[in-house]
Amino acid sequence: MSYKIVVLAKQVPDTRNVGKDAMTAEGTVNRAALPAIFNPDDLNALEQALRLKEQNPGSTVGILTMGPPRAGEIIRQGLYRGADTGWLLTDRLFAGADTLATSYALATAIKKIGDVDIVIGGRQAIDGDTAQVGPQVAQKLGLNQVTYAEEIIKIEDGKATIRRHIDGGVETVVAPLPVAITVNGSAAPCRPCNAKLVMKYKRATCPMERPKEANEYTHLYDERPYMTLNQWSVADVNGDPQQCGLAGSPTKVKAVQNIVFQAKESKTLTSSDADVEGLIKELLNEKIIG
Amino acid sequence: MANYYSDHPELDFHLHHPLMKRVVDLKERNYVEKDKYDDAPVDYNDAIENYKRLLEITGDLAANLIEPNSESVDLEGPHLENGRMIYASKTFENLKATRQAGLWGLSMPRRYGGLNIPNTTFSMLSEVISAADAGFQNVWSLQSCIDTLYEFGSEEQRQKYIPRICAGETMSMDLTEPDAGSDLQRVMLKATQDADGTWRLNGVKRFITNGDSDIHLVLARSEEGTKDGRGLSMFIYDKRDGGVTVRHIENKLGIHGSPTCELVYKNAKCELCGERKLGLIKYVMALMNGARLGIAAQSVGVEQESYNEGLAYAKERAQFGQKIINFPAVYDMLATMKAKLDAGRSLLYQTARYVDIYKALEDIQREGTKLSADERQELKKYKRLADAFTPLAKGMNSEYANQNAYDAISIHGGSGFIMEYKSQRLYRDARIFSIYEGTTQLQVVAAIRYVTNGTYLNIIREMLEHPVCDCFQSLKDRVEKMVSEYEQVLEEVKAEGNQEKLDFVARHLYEITADIIMCLLIMDDASRAPELFKKSAYVYVNFAAAEVAKHVDFIRNADAANLAYYRQAEAEEAENA
Repeated sequence: MSYKIVVLAKQVPDTRNVGKDAMTAEGTVNRAALPAIFNPDDLNALEQALRLKEQNPGSTVGILTMGPPRAGEIIRQGLYRGADTGWLLTDRLFAGADTLATSYALATAIKKIGDVDIVIGGRQAIDGDTAQVGPQVAQKLGLNQVTYAEEIIKIEDGKATIRRHIDGGVETVVAPLPVAITVNGSAAPCRPCNAKLVMKYKRATCPMERPKEANEYTHLYDERPYMTLNQWSVADVNGDPQQCGLAGSPTKVKAVQNIVFQAKESKTLTSSDADVEGLIKELLNEKIIG
Repeated sequence: MANYYSDHPELDFHLHHPLMKRVVDLKERNYVEKDKYDDAPVDYNDAIENYKRLLEITGDLAANLIEPNSESVDLEGPHLENGRMIYASKTFENLKATRQAGLWGLSMPRRYGGLNIPNTTFSMLSEVISAADAGFQNVWSLQSCIDTLYEFGSEEQRQKYIPRICAGETMSMDLTEPDAGSDLQRVMLKATQDADGTWRLNGVKRFITNGDSDIHLVLARSEEGTKDGRGLSMFIYDKRDGGVTVRHIENKLGIHGSPTCELVYKNAKCELCGERKLGLIKYVMALMNGARLGIAAQSVGVEQESYNEGLAYAKERAQFGQKIINFPAVYDMLATMKAKLDAGRSLLYQTARYVDIYKALEDIQREGTKLSADERQELKKYKRLADAFTPLAKGMNSEYANQNAYDAISIHGGSGFIMEYKSQRLYRDARIFSIYEGTTQLQVVAAIRYVTNGTYLNIIREMLEHPVCDCFQSLKDRVEKMVSEYEQVLEEVKAEGNQEKLDFVARHLYEITADIIMCLLIMDDASRAPELFKKSAYVYVNFAAAEVAKHVDFIRNADAANLAYYRQAEAEEAENA
């Protein structure tokens, strides 16, 4: 069987190596100071999608992302690794979206793509860390959903067998297709970019990404259709502008505060068995370990 | 994120060398494949962009997978299981990632599934991978054996084997035997033909790097009763056919990721590659020249990594109230390491570009296109340059890699001797570089004829004509002085007409030659990119001037009459008597 797989991916500021200029004076993320990267968990999701494609010949993998024109890079990064296509949702009306408006936009686009068997994304993005978008998309599309996935073991008879990462262990579940899956960062890392694919797609762009002036490679866009990436506006996906972007986002940020942990409480433990056991129990109860 | 390519702008500089234009135009046959293959470049800049992307992918893998795996690979090493070699577990991870990244069969034409990259780019990839793990670089870079199969194999063999290498199957060159090391003319592995014409191999090979590979190129004696190199032919052994087992895996000082195997051939089916009797004298020579360049690249990788390790430690470590990098004794070591690295790397890539130009012209000729008189001249010129530069690039870089690894340990002090630090591995890994694919002493043998027949001197004179930036004029004056010393001492040695004396001082003449050429190369680089190479140009010329003076002094004082003081066999014989 072949499947139509859509990978939800987001371009995020690299918050893993934050320097002191990572935040603006207003308390928002200083995107200019942080390199834009493929959200790490989404790369884990992409790997699962590519493996499904390998195991089920004829399947296709498409990257769906929303962002400014430069987020076309996320589609290229997907193509470099073996994805077949991609769609960039870019429109001023999409801007300023919280998770609700984002999942609305993505769900609308998935409807437009049509006949999708598997929607798969990372558990959460490292900028917002909400882990809400995947489940919200599933909800809006009425799909079964499996979160915290670590491995899609197989798809058989219209059902996906998936191993989930749960507290204290793993759980294997079976979900009928179509299904939405969010993948944990502990899943297999994504494969590297493939040299030939990079050479092929390195200049593939969305129309809005292109420099205004023609250059020596401009003619290639006419000659080679694969060099033009799909770019969709709110109108292209038949979206309701009121549910998109800032207009569709009920989340309001009142203030952002820098929190510095200042706990002063301390406990002294001896190396006795009783103390060690007590500590282990306490950590388990507090869900710090387990 | 760390990247072993983009972290070192010196590599990018060499990628943009002016001679690259000719290299790429030839290799891409003026971009004739641009409408046939999506990944083919449309023009020169596009090709360079492709190489850059390829280097970035590889630099990323090197820094974020191969290097992090290197310690575990070093500790685990490969093992033997029922006559088969099993790589260290992380080696499989490295192999898988390089396959997914499409880093196999890179030099092959696109019609067989390759990327058609020039040797210069391949050498850069080799350097980058070697910096991460020199042992894994062997396993990976042996794919370049396919160049020899491509050059001399039949079209049928090309179609059968090249796509498999492009898909990531591994290779080895089975040359050495217990009694045939440096002297390959003594190879005994027997190749015989069945009544139906099928060739079969019987015998033993030893010290075979990556010896349990998928596709082997094997040197064997096809002409019964012969004893020298003219009785040897080259064969392709396909592991799928069976007949070869691994009897032993060597326990080595370094490059533990690279399995060194003893192979037993029992009636192993194989195919003749090329013509009979040309195995050693033509094909293995081509194979070895390619491999030597590979070791030069491997060496440069370790030169760089040793410098990086030494530098990082010197910046961190404080003694006597300050960071040790501030002590002249330490920064002298670091500056010299960097200068050797920059000069050695320049020599490597200059050699690779020479190889590229002549190989591309040869290939065009092989395809049936008649070369113009100018092109034939060009082929001849660059072949000669490549032949002359290859032993310099291999010999000098392999020695520099050892020297840099040694100095990296010195900078670390006692910690350098502790197994937890990487310097010790670099030191162990580097030791083989000046041994395999021809020891440094054999590189001298390969180079000395170009010393005595004036080839190098002509090249040097030509290089001296290159203008340097005014700020390097005083350095150039020093190099000119070295050259005139070199000419003089060479004349003196030649005038003596004593072969033993010449052999005796050959290493010194070889090093003077290489020192001068590297001075000229680094000055050339520094004139074009002073921000990258200004310091190394000064440091290297200063270092080389002292080296040249030392060698000249040695040669002048090595009176033929005094060779008796050196001869060891005579003394031993005298004692025995």
